[in-house]
Amino acid sequence: MFTSTTFLSILPEVLILVLAVLIFIVEPFWKAEQRRNAGWLTAGGLLAAMVISLLFGQPGEPTTTFGGMIRFDWLGFFFKLLFMFAGAATALLFMDNEKIGQRGEAYLLLLASLLGMDLMAVSADLVMLYLAIETTSIPLYVLSGFMLADKKSTEAGFKYLLFGALTSAFMLYGFSLVFGFAGTTNIYRLVEMFTAGSLSVGAAFGVLALILVGLGFKVSIVPFHFWAPDVYEGAPTPVSGFLSTASKAAGFAVLVRLFFVAFPEFAASWTLTLAILSAITMTVGNLLTLQQTNIKRLLAYSSVAHAGYAMIGVVALSQLGATSVIFYLAAYILTNLLAFGVVMAFSRVTGVDEIMDFSGLSRRNPWLALMMLAAFLSLAGMPPFGGFVAKVFVFAAGVQAGYVWLVFVGIVNSIIGVYYYLNVMKFVYLYRMPNEDEENHPVPLTRPYAITLAVLALGVILIGTVFAPWFGWSDAAALTLF
Amino acid sequence: MVPLSWYLVFAAALFSIGMFGVLSRRNAVAILLGIELMLNAVNINLAAFWRYGDVRLMTGQVFAIIVFAVAAAEVAVGLALVISVYRNRHTVVADEIDMLKW
Repeated sequence: MFTSTTFLSILPEVLILVLAVLIFIVEPFWKAEQRRNAGWLTAGGLLAAMVISLLFGQPGEPTTTFGGMIRFDWLGFFFKLLFMFAGAATALLFMDNEKIGQRGEAYLLLLASLLGMDLMAVSADLVMLYLAIETTSIPLYVLSGFMLADKKSTEAGFKYLLFGALTSAFMLYGFSLVFGFAGTTNIYRLVEMFTAGSLSVGAAFGVLALILVGLGFKVSIVPFHFWAPDVYEGAPTPVSGFLSTASKAAGFAVLVRLFFVAFPEFAASWTLTLAILSAITMTVGNLLTLQQTNIKRLLAYSSVAHAGYAMIGVVALSQLGATSVIFYLAAYILTNLLAFGVVMAFSRVTGVDEIMDFSGLSRRNPWLALMMLAAFLSLAGMPPFGGFVAKVFVFAAGVQAGYVWLVFVGIVNSIIGVYYYLNVMKFVYLYRMPNEDEENHPVPLTRPYAITLAVLALGVILIGTVFAPWFGWSDAAALTLF
Repeated sequence: MVPLSWYLVFAAALFSIGMFGVLSRRNAVAILLGIELMLNAVNINLAAFWRYGDVRLMTGQVFAIIVFAVAAAEVAVGLALVISVYRNRHTVVADEIDMLKW
């Protein structure tokens, strides 16, 4: 049956598709030097789609549409808005990257993967979920290997594809076993089957482990993180930024929905596993970050560590836990996009991305240095930035659920984090360029970069100071899980 | 009739062979072949579970068809990436594609 709710439940996806088709039609008529305007079109279109969805497409009572394929609730809606914002920011950051910004298909691929992410956030059926995950991944493989003449980029795309295809095969095997055991693929009906069912704890644990391989790859938790640093370093930097934020958040959206809704019955067996994985992820991620000399690899390993922090909220398996994960992801998307944006703006002018090369940035472009400081302090978890509040909520959820040791590991790791984030800022603020003539080597910002970075920096500060409304929205989203 | 467990054991064996291929083969195309084997094992699982479960529900069959379609798309992109790596490096041996590490 097709009702207005059916249409509203996929309104953002429909708008994204319309936008993609529009770009597909318009772009060939532009001259080569105008092609970058597709970035303005993409970002503007996505912001318009967000506004339209907010005005007309707000979910009411959680319902299921399309024969149980799509769940229309605040959890999915909030994540959709986050992804679309991240997509708009990424489109603007694409524009002045000369390898990728002049090509209309880059924006199309971005929109295609965004479509997949939106569907990931609302999938209520394993078939839909698999399709959405692949819709997200396949365009991202292409985007990672987008710079055809660049050895690192093609290698990054290739590695990402191999790891992605392998882990998704594991996850799919898990899905097929779930289908076999429960006789249904609907996430909201799995819970009945698993509660009433005859499934032993061991079998359930095996199936969950298979599924966790696929989702662990998406959110890059240890030991499924090997691809992350290589891909982030090789891929075009705007794509790395998108991978480390929206793609990771989409993985968490699925993880939260799947584990909170479908398998609460087997909580004891998997929360402890996830807690151990979370502790290992934070520790390994942070220790490996310590020895990085390339800023993109540093951000890659730090994003692995951040997946570990966010996982604490999933482990807590409470309403506060879900709220804190969602809040953490919102803050993290803004912060990490800002960090990658600053690196992009810097590397575009200088052509280098080693940490050493950032020496004297505060004299070459004070505003860029200031925004980098905001991003890195937020990543380190310092007030008054978003990262601080997000960490507080996640740790609070952990303590509330009785995982004090895990929170302790998290706090120790945050302190390690402060060291390497501030180490980068040391180069930016205290060190000078080798011959001390920063005035002759300015780092100008083009308009798309300036707008995006300013908006993101304001967002990072806003989410850290006026956090009550954000927390309210996250809470409303988390409430639909219970 | 052949019991369901035979199909499941067969699928598990196929999955393991595919995984072994992915982990042990050095040629990129052979790795992709291994992944295809793993996905086919999933399809056997789905078809068997459908046949031995409620045959009026088409979920298993539809799922298998979707897996086919997605696997084809994935391999198309995979081979394209292998070609682009080959043009840059003149090799498709995974061990030699090692610029990015640590």
